[in-house]
Amino acid sequence: MSKKQKKKLPPVQQEYQAFAKKREPARPVVKNCIRAFLVGGSICLLGQLISTFYMRFFDFNEKTASDPTVATLIFIAVLLTGFGVYDNIAQWAGAGTAIPVTGFANAVSSAAIEHRAEGLVLGVGGNMFKLAGSVIVFGVVSAFVIGIIKVILMGMGG
Amino acid sequence: MNFFWAFVVGGLICVVGQIMFDVFRLTPAHTTSILVVSGAVLDGFGLYEPLIDFAGAGASVPITSFGSALVRGAMAEAERHGLVGVITGIFEVTSAGISAAIIFGFLAALIFRPKG
Repeated sequence: MSKKQKKKLPPVQQEYQAFAKKREPARPVVKNCIRAFLVGGSICLLGQLISTFYMRFFDFNEKTASDPTVATLIFIAVLLTGFGVYDNIAQWAGAGTAIPVTGFANAVSSAAIEHRAEGLVLGVGGNMFKLAGSVIVFGVVSAFVIGIIKVILMGMGG
Repeated sequence: MNFFWAFVVGGLICVVGQIMFDVFRLTPAHTTSILVVSGAVLDGFGLYEPLIDFAGAGASVPITSFGSALVRGAMAEAERHGLVGVITGIFEVTSAGISAAIIFGFLAALIFRPKG
């Protein structure tokens, strides 16, 4: 809870927040980090295997192979999300499944599946980026700002 | 060696995310947003591409590469068209990831039913 929200609470609730915070079980940070490392590393290892595959059997080089690799990983992640397996792995792996691009695919597809009942347009179309949208928004805005700064610094304004 | 560094670098980026989860108590949405922005900033300083050369998928699979790819697309187009290129080029490199996520996500919504 942010500090601004906290100030608005009546004193009793503030006391309760402090009390609840004390009782909250400590998170096993080291164990979680090891899990995140193993699972996240394995996903990247799988990505490296897939991109080696694309380089060897299709006409891709080291630079261009990452596009089909990412698309393949997203396909696998969406499939696992559909079967309900991805969330089970995510429970165990924490950030290990959230940080790779598969986590992005999981956020998109789980939101799409979850809101299917509300219809194709308002449900699936409208909610697909409910969870993953922030990544795109902040990515694009920061890329825009950085791009503008670089263009001005390098003096290539047209 | 390729595979080893992909595993280690990819794993380490996930550990950074886990620390943001557990130690700084950030939500997954905040964590991924911050990582995307850091990827974009690193690319702005020209530091992310060497990491991809070094770690391969270890650097190109984590979400940080999304931010870096947005900047790379913007800059590639900016070299050709100047300031306007920053806007027209942003999604040039990341098209594969976003298109795949939208298409497969949509198909999944048609096929699968929510679990639990």
